[in-house]
Amino acid sequence: MSVTTLLHIDGRPVRVKAGSSVAAALHVNGGMGVARTSVTGEPRAPFCGMGVCQECRVRVDGRRMLACQTVCAEGMQVETSA
Amino acid sequence: MTAMPLAHCDVLIVGAGRAGMAAAVAAAPSGASIVVIDDNPAPGGQIWRDGPGAALPPAARKWREALAHHANIRVCSGTRVVAAPSHDELLLEDAVRGWRMQWKKLILCTGARELLLPFPGWTLPGVTGAGGLQALIKAGLPVRGERIVVAGSGPLLLAAAATARAAGAKVVRIAEQASLAAVAGFAASLVRWPGKAVQALTLADAQYRTSSRIVSVQGDGRVESVRLRQGGRDMEIRCDRVACGFGLTPNTQLGQMLCCALASADTGAQALAVDAWQRTSLPGIYAAGECTGFGGSERALAQGTIAGHAAVGNERGARQHERERAHWNAFAAQLHRSFTLAPGLRQMPKPDTLVCRCEDVPLSALAGCSGWTDAKLHRRCGMGACQGRVCGDAAQFLFGWAPPAPRPPLSPARIATLAGLAAPLNDVDRQ
Repeated sequence: MSVTTLLHIDGRPVRVKAGSSVAAALHVNGGMGVARTSVTGEPRAPFCGMGVCQECRVRVDGRRMLACQTVCAEGMQVETSA
Repeated sequence: MTAMPLAHCDVLIVGAGRAGMAAAVAAAPSGASIVVIDDNPAPGGQIWRDGPGAALPPAARKWREALAHHANIRVCSGTRVVAAPSHDELLLEDAVRGWRMQWKKLILCTGARELLLPFPGWTLPGVTGAGGLQALIKAGLPVRGERIVVAGSGPLLLAAAATARAAGAKVVRIAEQASLAAVAGFAASLVRWPGKAVQALTLADAQYRTSSRIVSVQGDGRVESVRLRQGGRDMEIRCDRVACGFGLTPNTQLGQMLCCALASADTGAQALAVDAWQRTSLPGIYAAGECTGFGGSERALAQGTIAGHAAVGNERGARQHERERAHWNAFAAQLHRSFTLAPGLRQMPKPDTLVCRCEDVPLSALAGCSGWTDAKLHRRCGMGACQGRVCGDAAQFLFGWAPPAPRPPLSPARIATLAGLAAPLNDVDRQ
């Protein structure tokens, strides 16, 4: 198994340690890993880290997923602001 | 309409944390077909969470190998419960498919979640739960060089700080809301649980302060500083990240949806009611671990083992673990006495502080609401994607509002999965 995984976040290539969650990849992509914009326009990033708060929801290959519960896979396409 | 697969098993276990793993391993020698489902990518629960930033202890590997060793145990990771189409069936979903699972015995090991309380700035990127930070780091979140403040209550703060430090972060403060007397009393009580005392010593930290709580977090689009109140004095600390947790609250949603009776746990939080055999109020449904009241991993192992034996009719096996369970139940009670949340924490949110993060509902909008249902109907509090799992717990602490039993779908689900509630069934082999 490769030691790193290459995925794309909003079209930008991001390389992470193999086995990393998409939440970790959002952070590697820059800033504090903002995943979505709230109903009043605030940036929100992963918060509970364990699949409860839904703040880290993103689209992964077109499917709505929780970034904290999803492991990065080679070539994955992640879109924020899901 | 596409047919929905219908699978069958003798024992269905929801949750692959310590309780769920122990239940499966205890039930396995009976030869029953056992399915364990869990929404995490790998078994182990929150404490034994695997990932590039995790160092799994040998015990975790041992339990995981035990699961793999039994041919009659099947683990479905990345799987969530969506609904209960009938009294002996659950509708499940993973990343690619939905299916229905019929069971003869059901063991709920749904664990606990962190109690996350609102304060000004808690929605800023960079604020996470304390256990949440641990989970994110284990899953590869890089924090090397970051200045981190950990705040809230309970031993989990020290564990989170230790994980962050091991990952290269600088933990600049650990703010515990309980008093020095309460924490010292807890430390002194650990003589009854020597393993815990050793663990506590390894977690000791020079930045630990008691009677200390968050006032607010400041920053422009991300965390830049935190204001803390220690005793009567306020101070501001520059930092990159704030991890907060105010103890744990049992995940009772699935049990409640199935109509299992609740009981008040030691913390005052609601937990699934169980008897000496870990049976819930409903026939064939058992519960073990944190969903029956927060009490730590050893208690979860003992309860899970008893539930696993009881579910396959091995009363002798179950009875052998009663003393162990009692020992750790006493530890849980001590933990709750020592880290009771101060009523002053109810003053943390200001009128414009968001309580519901999904629907951006501020505290001021909840003034005058008569209860949780009123707040949902008229203010949209709890109507978002988390379905009140964060703000419902906060509202329970702030106002004493108890959320009613959840209705399906239990978690956000795909339309194709929900269609399975009406679709024709395609009977598949026993799992």
